[in-house]
Amino acid sequence: MSATGHRGDVIGKARRRVDGRAKVTGQTRFADDLLPPRTLHCKLLRSTVPHGRIRRIDVARARALDGVHLVLTGDDFPIAYGILPVSQDEHPLCRDLVRFVGDPVAAVIARDETTATAALDLIDVEYEVLHTFADPEDSLRTTEPRIHDYGDGGNVHKAVSLQFGDVDEALAGAAHVFDDVFFFAGNTHLPLEQHATVAMRDPDGKLVVHSSTQTPHYLHRALAKALELPAPHIRVIAAPNGGGFGGKSDPFNHEIVVARAALLLDRPVKICLTREEVFLCHRGRHPVLMRFRTGVDADGRIQGMHLQTLLDGGAYGSYGVASTFYTGALQTVTYRIPRYRFQGCRVFTNKPPCGPKRGHGTPQSRFGQEVQLDKIAERLAVDPADLRLRMIAPAQSLTANYLRVGTIGLGECIQRVVARSGWREKHGRLPHGRGVGLACSSYLTGAGLPIYWNDMPHSAVQLKLDRSGGVTAFCGATEIGQGSDDVLVACVAEVLGIDPHDVRAVTGDTDLTPVDLGSYSSRVTLMMGNAAIQAAERARDVLAAAVARRLDVPAERLVFAGRRVFDSAEPDRGVSFAEAVQMAEAAGGAVGTVGSYTPAKSAAKFKGGGVGPSPTYSYTAAVVEVDVDPGTGWIVVPRVWIAHDIGRALNPVLARGQIEGSVYMGLGEALMEEQAFRRLPARLSPALVHKFPSMLEYKSPTALDMPEVVTDLVEVPDPEGPFGAKEVGQGPLLPIMPAVANAVFDAVGVRVDEVPITPEKILKALQAKAQGKAPRVGPDAFPDVAWPETLHVAPPWEGGDGRASNEPARRTAATTGGGSAVRS
Amino acid sequence: MPPPGPTRLHLALTVNGEPAEAAVDPAKTLLEVLREDLQLTGTKHGCELGECGACAVQLDGEPVLSCLVLAVECAGRNVLTVEGLARDGRLDPLQEAFADLGAAQCGYCTPGILVTARALLDREPQPTREQIREALAGNLCRCTGYLQILEAVEAAALARSK
Repeated sequence: MSATGHRGDVIGKARRRVDGRAKVTGQTRFADDLLPPRTLHCKLLRSTVPHGRIRRIDVARARALDGVHLVLTGDDFPIAYGILPVSQDEHPLCRDLVRFVGDPVAAVIARDETTATAALDLIDVEYEVLHTFADPEDSLRTTEPRIHDYGDGGNVHKAVSLQFGDVDEALAGAAHVFDDVFFFAGNTHLPLEQHATVAMRDPDGKLVVHSSTQTPHYLHRALAKALELPAPHIRVIAAPNGGGFGGKSDPFNHEIVVARAALLLDRPVKICLTREEVFLCHRGRHPVLMRFRTGVDADGRIQGMHLQTLLDGGAYGSYGVASTFYTGALQTVTYRIPRYRFQGCRVFTNKPPCGPKRGHGTPQSRFGQEVQLDKIAERLAVDPADLRLRMIAPAQSLTANYLRVGTIGLGECIQRVVARSGWREKHGRLPHGRGVGLACSSYLTGAGLPIYWNDMPHSAVQLKLDRSGGVTAFCGATEIGQGSDDVLVACVAEVLGIDPHDVRAVTGDTDLTPVDLGSYSSRVTLMMGNAAIQAAERARDVLAAAVARRLDVPAERLVFAGRRVFDSAEPDRGVSFAEAVQMAEAAGGAVGTVGSYTPAKSAAKFKGGGVGPSPTYSYTAAVVEVDVDPGTGWIVVPRVWIAHDIGRALNPVLARGQIEGSVYMGLGEALMEEQAFRRLPARLSPALVHKFPSMLEYKSPTALDMPEVVTDLVEVPDPEGPFGAKEVGQGPLLPIMPAVANAVFDAVGVRVDEVPITPEKILKALQAKAQGKAPRVGPDAFPDVAWPETLHVAPPWEGGDGRASNEPARRTAATTGGGSAVRS
Repeated sequence: MPPPGPTRLHLALTVNGEPAEAAVDPAKTLLEVLREDLQLTGTKHGCELGECGACAVQLDGEPVLSCLVLAVECAGRNVLTVEGLARDGRLDPLQEAFADLGAAQCGYCTPGILVTARALLDREPQPTREQIREALAGNLCRCTGYLQILEAVEAAALARSK
């Protein structure tokens, strides 16, 4: 869906975002800026052991402390919850097992934070210490004790095996087979805002929860379940998020704890996590070990690929089943891969749970794929850009795993970064120590399926047109800094021909706004935007009918622009927008419309095919230049060229900000960021603790580290997107890490097959090279995994229909939505 | 159990050009007093350990991290927060440029960066890009990649010079 016939008065123009003034004056109200009268403060007592059974918990002394109003433990929270229906494995406070250092076991609600913190010290907990699972290979090997009593056996949370065509045959017939193992270290979102929640009863006695959440609708559902309350009696208001990046997408234990406390005490109860607690909340990038076996023809074109991934999931399910599938979903969307086998396995370990971070599950395997392509190009003496250009996935096609590629601007993206970076003159030609690397990527423009199965719209917008000419747009979408309020307002203003400032956005409030599933999977611009266009076009029709009658001109001749509604044949003949609303109101009563958006059904009918479908995919190409000191391994990135197929930039200022922000975050992951843990020898202690839960020691790039970035927007409007727009918030991050690795090889001739690519690793590879050993740092092997029976799905060009030939009959797509993996 | 008694100190200081007073817990930081006692929640916090720069304010014209300053140290002194940047009903050129040029995405680091940049421009009206990078090196931003922030400071410097 896309609005046609619009003039582009708003769309495509560089504008101040609608919430720009609030942000620069300090008037944006984040969750921790709320302090209602009589607020009490909550602190959580967290487990000090990585894996243990709670033998005894004594809160009597804490309860007795002056100023303490309430102490809660796991006994107060019998109901499990979790973001995915298949992983309802969390309790707000641990009831039996603790699963990582930082798992909350008790909560104190007191008159102030100081008192609550003092009371935590008065709670006595006795643990029976259990085996610590620190690394995923131990979780594969050791089946008892189990961290959870569900999953795919032992400490395997999820194991999947899918094959699209006979890959063994393709590899056997290939001119060359490349077999590479890569590792992508875990890292975290590090939003500047620490998570905060304020819960209270409203004057009617119903629960109101203000929270820094990206997904108020899912939090609403989790609260109703965990607190056993009727959902209509819960109101979740998503405060503007001070950065999310996926880290505020799960319903969190602290949100449920303060909600229950507020109900019990009938007073506002607030919690704001410390920075250390934000690191423990995590839900960040999974560490992934991966193996790519790729067969190519003599020109380097891929004939078949076998990808295996092993994800270190941490202590809980979170989005992990989806993350697992995502490590193998999007390989086929960039390049034509005629035959493809994907096997993914997520295991539990005793660390903070991993989940969705910008790119959700796809950056890790994108890194491996793009570095392996660089190796293929090197071995076959083909330019890496040309190698990619000759096998780009065809537009308007189905991939081997039944993802529907629509428009694809990847070729144009590659051409642009090649031209602007001077790639042809630089690659392989710069002095030793300097190099350039190229990589590409694609990403979803919104997940094709919701988190929980339903056949309702993924986004909806309601418009209220006031006789003053003002318009209010209501939508459940959540502003996390990306500019979703601006997109909402811009789409409405463009269709109705008014100024964005005439439109007020009311968003992220489960009482006031129709459901939007949340700010994740790069879905908001496309889904909310299409819903907004539909609502605005319906409003335009209502107004046009009234104005046409009054002016006696055909409605289809009316133009909405410049806050006027006028006859295109005779532009002076018209009325103001406000008059048009008044005419419509006089004719038919108060003017309000709704619009909604539901993605098309997926072509994938096999189990697991629910992860990966999207209305359309964005594409990115990047060239990164590096300076590497061959003596020390010190690495500096002076320049990045990036081109992104965005379909259409609704507001180029915000689009550029998303791309540069993605480059920045990608460089952090490529060069320095790592969620690392410290462990003593097991005979001394079972301890397994976060190595540096602070912003000083968890290194992230500063203003001094950020290179020059040359950004190109490739704008070929996509018919699925609002005004042709695709996503821009996540895709541009993905090529950065492999492009850095490929540039390091171009600079000094060594391969660092893992991120982060630190000076120590580069130096180690340089030393290996000097000693005549393989000039490489990275993992050597992929462990044995007990894969489940492989589902065989014939690719579309081998007569397949999207179903697995060896899968028991499933309900049809009409009732399963194409088989959402997250339901399986 | 200590007997109830006065536990707070009287604090008088100037905030954004106006006299301000509060009875404060002497252990409180300037950040806490600004946000909790004076309801000036424009100043943010990201770590409360002096690591992120989100809580930057000006103290007698110098940028400081308000999470590392005890409020009682500020008696009689001048504090400037994001709420005090606009003058005579008009936004500071920095605020205009940040809003127009995409320098504020989520907006959480923005107040600290604005007051830090204002101190830079007051000291060095036409800074080089390197000087801007240096001045803002202690202010983390996770959204923008900094470039639109650097451009906005440059645009504001130009606007101030006109």
